[in-house]
Formats: sequence, structure tokens, C-alpha cells
Amino acid sequence: MTVGGWRPGRVVEAVAATPSARILRVQVPGWPGNDAGQHVDIRLTAEDGYQAVRSYSIGSYGTSETIELAVDEIPEGEVSPYLVEDVQPGDELEVKGPLGGYFVWRPGGEAPVQLIAGGSGIVPLMAMVRAATDVGAAGSVRLLYSVRTPRDAIYRDELARRGDDGGVAVTWRYTREAPAGWADRVGRLDEAAIRSAAWDPGREPIVYVCGPTGFVEHVADALVALGHPPARIRTERFGGA
Amino acid sequence: MRADNAASIVDGNAAAGMLWDVFGADATTLIGVCAGCGDAAPLAGAVVEIDESAAIVRCRACTHTLFTVLRDGDGVRMVLGMLQEIVRR
Repeated sequence: MTVGGWRPGRVVEAVAATPSARILRVQVPGWPGNDAGQHVDIRLTAEDGYQAVRSYSIGSYGTSETIELAVDEIPEGEVSPYLVEDVQPGDELEVKGPLGGYFVWRPGGEAPVQLIAGGSGIVPLMAMVRAATDVGAAGSVRLLYSVRTPRDAIYRDELARRGDDGGVAVTWRYTREAPAGWADRVGRLDEAAIRSAAWDPGREPIVYVCGPTGFVEHVADALVALGHPPARIRTERFGGA
Repeated sequence: MRADNAASIVDGNAAAGMLWDVFGADATTLIGVCAGCGDAAPLAGAVVEIDESAAIVRCRACTHTLFTVLRDGDGVRMVLGMLQEIVRR
């Protein structure tokens, strides 16, 4: 797959996903397709010529020329508030990609797959859930998804539906507020929670962890403490602005 | 508030686009070896401070600056720091 330079893209759909996030579908003529887990750089140009570039993970995979992004608003940011509150179908932006060959899942591996998401870190893992399901590998994939409250879970309905239909099994972790009747602990993802939800290190899973930097560091350290070899842990961290 | 736009601290995955402009290929899977501490790790895992003009890529083990990538109009410039070796496995 070739990346080349900036391609014009057009927003074709914008749907609220949580109180602070929107799912955008962007049509990119000539898009060469992307693997699950890859991302794009998005470039916005203001009327005065000022340009801003940000990286966003792709929630979709495959050959479609319409890609799906899910953007969580960072209140003090200068790009995400525009994408979450203002951008409308028909608006244009520039897209470079697909980017990244490291945080990528491709079909064919023998090992089970453990996905661990913090907040909007779910986006590239969602592409992996969809890709694994489509090739009949959902049974070897588990997802552990940490969110502040049920309302903050991007893709909540789709994940629940897929789990109920025999797809990728999801374990939820709520760090601030759980649904009514929730029996498990509420709070930061810890070693005990990872041990009970994740594939045992003896199964030699490949583990993908995506979320804010602090979350990823915390989870990666816990995984190593539980016996997962560092070389089997792939990480992607995002920050603010 | 553009002048106040602080650099965002992410990792090497987010520098894939700028590195593509340097190498003409994905560079995030390459192993970078730090001259400061000898740590060898995929560039995807390095600490990256990124803003509109540059990406500063640091060793996650010892925080030395491995290299910096600067946007230069439509071009790009890579300034080497403590990056001692690049290895493809």
C-alpha cells in the first residue's frame, strides 16, 4: 500500500458516539485501503492559511474508499473541537495514509489476541475486532475496555451486540461510575482485573494496548509483571491537544 | 491560542506520517538503537513530542533525543541526535 502525499477527503457522515466524541466517515477518492490498526494524518487549513495536522486512528479496515474515524474532544485542543462539534457532511479536509506498520493486526497468526483499550484508544482496536470477526477469528480475540462511565464508551452498542452474537468477548472496566447492578469493582484497571480478563501468558497471546500515555504505561507494566514478554506487547499512546 | 498550543506527548506511531516523508516508507517498525543507553526498540515505541513544526523523538529508556523531524514547507528535515543504529528485523 502506498501513502504518497495529501489526498482530498470529504466528510460524508458525522454521528455522535458519546457526549464528547463523534464518529466521522470520510470519503477519500483513491484511498488504497488499510489494515486494521492503522491511522491517518488529518490536515486542516484555516482561511488565513494556517495549517494544523493531527493523527487519528481508523476504526474501519479493508478496501473501502470511505474510512471511519472516531474523534474524542479535547476541550483545550484546536482540532478535535472542530471535528467533534463543527464539521458537517460535505466539509473537506486532507488525509495522508494509511500510516503505521507497527500497531497493526493482520489475519493468519496462530496466537490468541488480547486487546486492551483505554477511552478513545478503542478506535484502532475496533478495526481489529471487525477484521477478526470477518475472517472467523473472533473466538481467539478478547477485548478489555476501560472507560470512565458507560456513557463514555465509543462503540458500546456495537461491541455489546457482537459479543452477544458470539463475536469478540468484551470485558468492561469502569473507572468512575458503573451501570446499575454492576458487581465488579469500579476503579483503575489493575493487575487482578487484567489477569482475570486477559488470555493467560502461557497461551502466548499477542497483546495490543491503546490509550492515553499514562494508561498504556500502567497496563504494559502490569502485563510484564503478569508474565507477558515485552516483545509480545504492542502499544499506541496518544496525548492531548 | 495558536501560540499557546503545547506539544502533545505521544509515541512513535504518531510520527509515522513525518517519517514517511523522510524515508518514503513506514519507519515505525524499524528498531532504533540509542547511543546513550544502548536500548533497542521499535521507533513506534519511542517517546514523541509533536507539534505543528516538529517531532522530537526520544529514547523511552533514558530520554535522550534520538532525532528530530522538522516540517520545512512541504518538505521535511531529519536532524540526528543519539540514534546510533537503525535495524530492520
